[in-house]
Amino acid sequence: MLMREGQFRNPSGCAVTGIIDRSGRRMSGECMIRSISVMHDRSNGLGGGFAGYGIYPHYKDFYAFHLFFDNESARAETESFLGRHFEIAYSSQIRTRKIASITDEPLIYRYFVTPLSRKLADSHLDEREYVARCANRVNVRIKGAYVFSSGKNMGVFKGVGFPEDIGRYYCLEEYEGYAWTCHGRYPTNTPGWWGGAHPFGFLDFSVVHNGEISSYDANRRYIEMFGYKCTLQTDTEVITYIIDYLVRKRGLTLEETARVIAASFWSTIEDKPQDVREQETLLRRMFPSLLITGPFSVILGYTGGLMTLGDRLKLRSMVCAEKGDVAYMASEESAIRAIQPDPDKVYSPAGGEPVIFELYDKERAL
Amino acid sequence: MNMYIQPEYEVVRDKDRCIACRVCERQCANLVHSFDAETGTMRADSGLCVNCHRCVCVCPTHALKIVKSDDTYKINANWDNQTINEVYRQANSGGVLLSSMGNPKDYPVFWDKMLINASQVTNPPIDPLREPMETQLWLGKRTVKIERDANGKLKNTLPPQLKLKVPIMFSAMSYGSISYNAHEALARAAEELGTFYNTGEGGLHKDFYKYGKNTIVQVASGRFGVHKEYLDAAAAIEIKMGQGAKPGIGGHLPGEKISADVSETRMIPQGVDAISPAPHHDIYSIEDLRQLVYSLKEATDYKKPVIVKIAAVHNCAAIASGIARSGADIIAIDGYRGGTGAAPTRIRDNVGIPIELALAQIDERLREEGIRDEVSVVVGGSVRSSADVVKAIALGADACYIGTAALLALGCHLCRSCHTGKCNWGIATQIPELVKRLNPDVGYKRLVNLVTAWNHEIQEMMGGMGINSVEALRGNRLMLRGIGLTDTELSVLGIKYAGESM
Repeated sequence: MLMREGQFRNPSGCAVTGIIDRSGRRMSGECMIRSISVMHDRSNGLGGGFAGYGIYPHYKDFYAFHLFFDNESARAETESFLGRHFEIAYSSQIRTRKIASITDEPLIYRYFVTPLSRKLADSHLDEREYVARCANRVNVRIKGAYVFSSGKNMGVFKGVGFPEDIGRYYCLEEYEGYAWTCHGRYPTNTPGWWGGAHPFGFLDFSVVHNGEISSYDANRRYIEMFGYKCTLQTDTEVITYIIDYLVRKRGLTLEETARVIAASFWSTIEDKPQDVREQETLLRRMFPSLLITGPFSVILGYTGGLMTLGDRLKLRSMVCAEKGDVAYMASEESAIRAIQPDPDKVYSPAGGEPVIFELYDKERAL
Repeated sequence: MNMYIQPEYEVVRDKDRCIACRVCERQCANLVHSFDAETGTMRADSGLCVNCHRCVCVCPTHALKIVKSDDTYKINANWDNQTINEVYRQANSGGVLLSSMGNPKDYPVFWDKMLINASQVTNPPIDPLREPMETQLWLGKRTVKIERDANGKLKNTLPPQLKLKVPIMFSAMSYGSISYNAHEALARAAEELGTFYNTGEGGLHKDFYKYGKNTIVQVASGRFGVHKEYLDAAAAIEIKMGQGAKPGIGGHLPGEKISADVSETRMIPQGVDAISPAPHHDIYSIEDLRQLVYSLKEATDYKKPVIVKIAAVHNCAAIASGIARSGADIIAIDGYRGGTGAAPTRIRDNVGIPIELALAQIDERLREEGIRDEVSVVVGGSVRSSADVVKAIALGADACYIGTAALLALGCHLCRSCHTGKCNWGIATQIPELVKRLNPDVGYKRLVNLVTAWNHEIQEMMGGMGINSVEALRGNRLMLRGIGLTDTELSVLGIKYAGESM
């Protein structure tokens, strides 16, 4: 029988692209579809997806759960679980349009939820940890159900197919957000199901990634000490958990997180000014097992911003561009020029150098 | 009556080549060779030979070789020659059989049943000649609170750690069991390599305090040579609870090896056997260990990491978990093939478990319990090559201890006769004429060569895997595959079988 993503490691090549309007102006998902489609050959039709931020302003105080169900009984079981743990403000099937090339689609539902206050208080957990654990519980315990998006005022849309087809399938032209990311996947094995597509979403973090990290099992075995379970066995999943652990649980900044996962070489750190040298040395000594080696370039989406980061040898491409308030990042410059032919500046960040674009007014994200 | 026992090895001399220069005679402390003035030729008494190859190496005309004797008792798969001889020996003497160096028996070597991965197509191998390839690491606790100063900068809340430029240290070998010159070679090599050597339980000779920043001092059950300056001199302190070659028993340095200098360093009488007890008599349980760990930390102002060294035994995962909660910064595990200057043969050959299995289980247990950051894990006994180092780190070790390999670099030929104190190579002896055969200037250079060569090989293997920091190799078990292993062995090692995909 064909194995599903999660039962094996599935190395993938990829295309990634992202856009953010720092003024907070919202754009439809159409631009991402146009951007990714020029990188068609970087995908092979076995996975594509999008993450949009600021897309649910009317439900911005609720966690938006997007779920795949294999069948109605998985849905019934999940809804019963959600009902016991959350107040469900609104739920519906996610609107899709029929596309000839998109087949074998699961049931796709969306729930806007907020934790039941009694349950939350009894759990002695902070709200986001409670939500994360509930989402994880569904993924691990309920067969045929998979939460693939669980943040506030953001959403992941993904599936098996070319990304431009997936975008049209989900009618992304109808959604408007201040930031978008997109992923086209080139897996070496068939993922078997839709959950294997990217972005990987965890609370409001979403990660799109191009590469194959060589540190995978060192990272996985370390991060699983802290309650994470890498059920998909993908790089993207473990990278997302590492970022969540360092930022949400340990309180590092994104720049510091970048210095952990794409740390400068010791020899490079040696040449830096004293205060920088001390901080970077400290971070490497504190979290050596979260260093990621091997090729990767990721775009991290989070409430109010996007960060791109590549491995320290820059074994995967990443290009950034800016035009006024709008910032772009993509595996190839062509993907940026497809939607912005006349950028103010275009540049390639150095390996291991994070580039962060945030809303001028982060309050607007919420 | 004493039963005559035929020598296991025979000295064979090519008469056409021998020029009777008598160098073999002068070089053999076991008095194997003699000159027959009547015939003008050399003779050899194979019965005295320990097969240390000193004469073979120094013979200017290469006239000598040592061969396995073909004399045999009636072939018996159950009672082999050695087993029978040992019975004779014990019937002759009534004594416990003694041996040295590591277990030589034909048990499986799991290092040789693991294969390393390499990158092809989907991610690139990295060329260590063109790109940085980091083998530097830090040993110690990594459990930290994130605290910031007024400017938002991270404060250094890390406990003391050891910085290693290579993932290899020299394991504990005491002054007494090995010579002054051997210690000097190890100390100087550790300094040049940016790593550490270990005093063993024999104290620290006053001449070697200057190598303190590359020295790990040991506190063992005999407490030989332990005092305030000794602890202060070191970079780290190791509590020796056990040794892979002889788990469950103490140590025994014969009086012949206790010279004036050794006596002063160990703070014990000259010429009298030095016996270290099997247990530490202040440690009968895990909570007692905690008290010793903190006593040593108090004594050194919490400035030095404390290592707890145990022998790999059946329940080592649970023991390690206890140690990780005892305040120790580093756990050193010594496998059953680890070397020794003297051990009862039956213990050495029958007690303990392979380091590969112990390491895999300990690393996994510490992770399951979420306490892997409480300690670093160092393994030894026996790590024979750079490939063993790579496999150990991929299984979960932070670094490796090497003892036997280091002694081989100094000239040791593994004759396993250290307990006789007559090492012809000047290593495991205190006889001045023998000690001076080991030139520390040459010896230290050979140690540096060995570790440098291994480090290059480690870098090549890491580069092949597309891993450019040893930190990303640690515990990266997907980089290993088993070959010729049972399902149980694979599951104990926590690796997949060769041919199984990621």
